[in-house]
Amino acid sequence: MGISLDRILGLHENAVKLRSQRTEILAANIANADTPGYKARDFDFKQALASAQSSSQGAIRLQVTQPGHIATAGGSPGFEMMYSTPMQPSIDGNTVDLHKEKAKFTQNAMEQQVSLTFLDKKLKGLVKVIRGE
Amino acid sequence: MSLFNIFDIAGSGMSAQMVRLNTTASNISNADTVSSSVDQTYRARHPVFATAMNEQMGRQAAGVEVKGIVESNAPLRQQYSPDHPMADERGYVYFPNVNVVEEMANMMSASRSYETNVQIINTSKQLMMKTLRLGST
Repeated sequence: MGISLDRILGLHENAVKLRSQRTEILAANIANADTPGYKARDFDFKQALASAQSSSQGAIRLQVTQPGHIATAGGSPGFEMMYSTPMQPSIDGNTVDLHKEKAKFTQNAMEQQVSLTFLDKKLKGLVKVIRGE
Repeated sequence: MSLFNIFDIAGSGMSAQMVRLNTTASNISNADTVSSSVDQTYRARHPVFATAMNEQMGRQAAGVEVKGIVESNAPLRQQYSPDHPMADERGYVYFPNVNVVEEMANMMSASRSYETNVQIINTSKQLMMKTLRLGST
């Protein structure tokens, strides 16, 4: 019986990828906390992970890199960027709620740590099996 | 690799806040420099931040850039003190239009934002180190 690396790593592979993308977006929001007119952005992690999972398990998809390309059924795997609604809009048009963004950033980082810990344990288990200790 | 982008983004935020701290320091230290004419008087300077939509940073996330530094148009403070060595022929000296209380608030806001960006870099570094050490005993 062969060992499929994809199946062992499970959804954590996609999860870590999406988590790091979300970390980047939240970092951009926090960096732009004082930029006039900046709109805070985020994406729905659950929906993005589901879409990434279905695309990695389903049929092979064609990549769409040019306007003339035709996407395969279901579209390209990805997520929709959304603008967050500010609780207290500021007069300069900035919609970053710094405390909310900080909280989201911390939570996102913790959840990425969780995924990384799972991956770490899985890889350690594999190493143990290979070494036969 | 998208985690490296975070260093660029948070770094741009840090440098922008540093420019803001610099202008604040310049404003506060010049708050009492008098001059004998309206043209030569120091005026409060403030940076203008803008989102840096950089191709290298990807389409989703963007850093901050300082578009420029503008001088405040608020009216200067005039004071009648004929004994002052800098007084003009009518006996007036001109003070800068720096609002020290405003500048102090600006300074605190800038240093908090700077700290937040440093924390982001630290968190990202921890996540990267953990990723690098995956599976090692």
